[in-house]
Order: sequence, then structure tokens, then C-alpha cells
Amino acid sequence: MEKPLTQKIRTDGEVVDVAAYEQAGGYQALRKALKLAPKEIMEMVKQSNLRGRGGAGFPTGMKWSFVPMGADAPRPKYIVCNGDEMEPGTFKDRLLLEGDPHELIEGMILAAFAIEAEVGYIFLRGEYKLSGERMGRAIQEARQRGYLGKSILGSERSLEMYVHMSAGRYMCGEETGLLNALEGKRGNPRAKPPFPQVSGLWGKPTIVQNVETLCNLPHIIQNGPEWFKGLSKTADGGTKLYGASGKVKRPGLWELPLGTTVREILEEHAGGMQDGLKFRGLLPGGASTDFLVEEHLDVKMDFTEVQKAGSRMGTGTMIVLDDATCPVGMVWNLERFFSQESCGWCTPCWSGLNWAARMLEALEEGRGDLSHLDKLAYITRFVAPGNTYCALAPGAAEPLQSGLKYFREDFERHITEKRCPWRH
Amino acid sequence: MLTPEERQEIEAELAHYPNKQSVCIDAMQIVQRHRGWISDESLKDLAEFLGMSTEDLDGVATFYNLIFRRPVGRHVIMVCDSVSCWIMGYEQLREQLSKRLGVKMGETTADGRFTLLPIVCLGTCDRAPAMMVDGDLHRDLDPQKLDGILEQYQ
Ligand SMILES: Cc1cc2nc3c(=O)[nH]c(=O)nc-3n(C[C@H](O)[C@H](O)[C@H](O)COP(=O)(O)O)c2cc1C
Ligand code: SF4
Repeated sequence: MEKPLTQKIRTDGEVVDVAAYEQAGGYQALRKALKLAPKEIMEMVKQSNLRGRGGAGFPTGMKWSFVPMGADAPRPKYIVCNGDEMEPGTFKDRLLLEGDPHELIEGMILAAFAIEAEVGYIFLRGEYKLSGERMGRAIQEARQRGYLGKSILGSERSLEMYVHMSAGRYMCGEETGLLNALEGKRGNPRAKPPFPQVSGLWGKPTIVQNVETLCNLPHIIQNGPEWFKGLSKTADGGTKLYGASGKVKRPGLWELPLGTTVREILEEHAGGMQDGLKFRGLLPGGASTDFLVEEHLDVKMDFTEVQKAGSRMGTGTMIVLDDATCPVGMVWNLERFFSQESCGWCTPCWSGLNWAARMLEALEEGRGDLSHLDKLAYITRFVAPGNTYCALAPGAAEPLQSGLKYFREDFERHITEKRCPWRH
Repeated sequence: MLTPEERQEIEAELAHYPNKQSVCIDAMQIVQRHRGWISDESLKDLAEFLGMSTEDLDGVATFYNLIFRRPVGRHVIMVCDSVSCWIMGYEQLREQLSKRLGVKMGETTADGRFTLLPIVCLGTCDRAPAMMVDGDLHRDLDPQKLDGILEQYQ
């Protein structure tokens, strides 16, 4: 099985430096791309069916096609790597950032060529110190070898690249919140349109792309779109970094063909539940995705199939709920997170999520009544897409609405027994 | 007053951005690295240096989890309280830390050695529960490990 994204990553935790990266075929895609027109690079990425790995699954080639091109386009244009990774339960980009920084740099260079960007920022959450150090060093190495800076490998293309260490806030991962954060402002989102592709950083055309999305690019350019599509078990191209956390035997991360089933990830790779525990459900792709339960185990983890099952693939890193853990407590933990991280811009979100978190707390502490369940369901509709400024609040509704649906009995037990049955 | 060293570090960052305000988050992190936190006075000096109003800069400062507007101890412990760590034993870990240090979340020990804070998901969920001390990540935590870890920070 091919694992293009992670094949070079060392098992001892050390970084792949520029020499090792080159030896393994690195920066060959860049050399190839120097002979291609931006349009041709964009076309290859479109053909590959690469979809964004940051959670929403937007087709990458299509996103690029909205960037104004040609001599009249506003300049400079920017390519921004989203390495905020604050979605609870998500730990995949860290591996790529720490393990193989040049893969990301090469991917960013290719994206920059496609949209004719001249400046790139790698936006990292402040806690990813090691990622920041390794990316910074790798940028220097790449510059010394002529892959970055003025006239790359003697060509007419240039690209400067910088690391930005954020100071922490989940909202900064939302692409327009991220742009505000990079500009030194509060990370509130911006109205769309205008879309960042047209008016992004400092009002200039900007592409924001997830770490894992960008790391796929060197392989697509090097091996071609057909090869990339062939890696996958579904229509979306490529492999995916899948993960599992919670009380499974072997929590971890695995690069597998896109479209691997939930069951294979959970049972074969994560080794199933810890001894003595039973599976209750899981969030397939981070905190902001709907629960899947037993009946969904044979669903393929890709953008389309998980959606059909009523959830989203999200970041592809699943959080597993076992029968010794309280589902109400878990949902409370999630809603407290969302309520705390709400940027406060719009009322349904800051007020609704705070209300939800307080009701969940009451339920967990045995102070709840049946009307709380109706009010919680009401809030999930209150923060539905279209009612809020950004996708944080609709994301917060996902584990809550599906939790109420699949674990209704557990919620009711908290009310009738006036306590959390798991705590005594 | 910004020290020459702080000024130099901030100026190095300035080269990466088209204007001064863009560097304000980096600048606050630099000052915080040297002084532990951002006092009203530091805020004023920084705002002046960056050509921003103190109010605007404070608006930015208070938006971000990792900018401290109140003094902290010599070492800052940030314990992940998000979902995977919660499943894997965050509450026990918090209790144990509170007991050992004699402080609750958000407080600093009387000797000024530790400040205990919650933090959102640290992105190391396969090795939960986890915490960071002064930027060092500690994972797969259990009661046995904790003493040894705290010992490293005097
Ligand atoms: C609240 C919120 C937080 C987000 N956090 C991240 C993040 O940490 N990393 C990321 O790549 N995308 C995150 N996203 C998605 C981004 O808005 C954006 O869709 C993504 O970076 C685009 O990259 P992609 O097309 O390569 O997936 C977040 C979205 C929302 C609404
Ligand atoms: S939905 Fe929440 S996070 Fe998004 S803009 Fe509104 S208040 Fe801010």
C-alpha cells in the first residue's frame, strides 16, 4: 500500500532534513513544475480530485480557479498554510509539520506557482513549538538551496515564506478569522463575499489551505492525477491521515486509502476497544462532527459517504466513546469548548452555546429536567447554518443534535435518577 | 520601556509583514517570553512602538489564550481539558495537580513556582492525557509520572 504523505517520516521522531528529503525524490516536483504554466498545474490538481483536508472537503483545484490571474491581477498574492489544528481530537497535521517539513514547503511552492503567489505564511498554533522550530529551519535550508527566495533555481519565479506563531484561539483556524489573526487583529471572521481568493490578506488574493492538503501536491505533480486517484477507494483522490483517540487498544494515526471503512480503522488499526469496554459511538472527524454509532461501522470514511450517514468526515481523526464514559459528560465537555471558543461576534453562537453548556452541566449534576432536552434541541436549530456568521456554531450543534438522538436514554437517566449514573 | 533585546527581536519579525500592526501578536509573545506576562505598562510601551492605541492592542491581547494579562508563576502548567483527554482521565489529573500544588485552575502557588491553567486540545490525542509546562509537552500522563515531571521545574 502506498503512503506518499508519510513514507519519509522517521519512526525515531527526528526530522527529515533537506538532504534526506532530496535523496528520497524531494523537490523533483518543483523542478517539473518550473516547466509548467500555472494553468497546467491547476489543471493537474483539478484532475486529481484532491479535496481539502481541513474539514470542509472543498475541491482544491476549484478553489484556486477563483484567483485573479494575469498581468492585471492585484499583487502580491498570498498562499497561507493553515496549521492551527485546534479542533479537539485532531492531531494529524502535527505529524506532517514535525516529521517532514520540506514536503509542506514544496507543496506550498507548487500552490504558489499555480496562483502566482509571491509570499507564503505558515500559520501555526502557538503550542506547536517544535513544528515552528522545524519549519523555520527547513525554510532556511530551502532558501540556501535556491528553492525559496528570489528567482527559484534560476527561474523567473520567486517566493518568500515565513512562519507565524499564533497565540491560540480555535476561531483562528477558520480561514477568514485566520486572515485577521495574521494581520494582527482579533480573530473574528470576515463577511464572504468577497472571498479570500479575491480579497484576502491585506485585501490581496489569498489561498488558505490545510497542511495535509498542501502535502499532497508534490506527489500529484510528480506522479500525475491518475496515479493519485488510484490511491483512493472512492471518487475523491488520494490517501488520508486517519486517527483514533479514546479508549481503544492502540490510539494513533494511519495513512490509508481514502474511503477506508470506519470499522477497519477502529478494529484493525486502532485494535478495537480496550479490554472490558464496549463501543458506544464515535465522532468521525473531530469535535464538530455528528456521532456515528454501531450501525455506521461499515461506512466508508470519505467526504460523500460519511455525509450520507448523517455526519461529516471532518478531519478524519475519530474520537471514540466507550460504555464506561458518560455520553452526557462528553457532550458537555464539547459544548463547553465551543462556548468558550466562540468569538462572540453573533448572538446565536455566544449566547446559545453558553446556554447549552449550562444546561448540560445541570443535567450532568442531576439538576436537569425534561424541558432541558427540548431546549437543547431548539438551540441546535437556532445555530444552524445561515443563522450565524461562521461555521463554528453549526459545528458545535453536530455532536449535540446527534448525541441527543443516539443517547436519549442516557440523557433521560440523568433526569430520572437526578445524578450522573457514571459518577457514583 | 522595551529592552534593546526585545526591540531587536520584534524588528526581526517586522521584516515578515507589510505593516506594524501585523506584528503585534508576535511582539506580545516576545515580551511575554522575557517578562512572563503583559503588564499594563508593557502593553502601553508596545502599543506606542507599534503605532496602535492601547485599547486596540488590549482587544487583541485578550482575544488570545496564550497572552497573559495577569502575572503568572515561574512555570505555567497548561492541562488539556478537551474531549480526548477528558475521556482518558483529565479530571483525575486535575484533581491530583490541584492537591499536589494546593491551587485550583487559574491560580498560582504561594511560592510563585507554578500557575495552573486549562488549555484546549493540544493535538496529541493518541497520547492522552497531556499537558504542557513552559512549552514542553508531557503526554501519556499517569499519577506515577507526575511527581517526576514537576521536579524538573524549580
Ligand atoms: C471554527 C473553525 C476552525 C477551523 N480550524 C481549522 C484548522 O485548524 N485547520 C484547518 O486546516 N482548517 C480549519 N478550518 C477550516 C478552514 O476554515 C478552511 O476551510 C480550511 O483551512 C481550508 O483548507 P482546505 O481546503 O485545504 O481544507 C476551521 C473552520 C472553522 C469554522
Ligand atoms: S458563529 Fe460563533 S465563532 Fe462564528 S462568528 Fe458567530 S460568534 Fe463568532
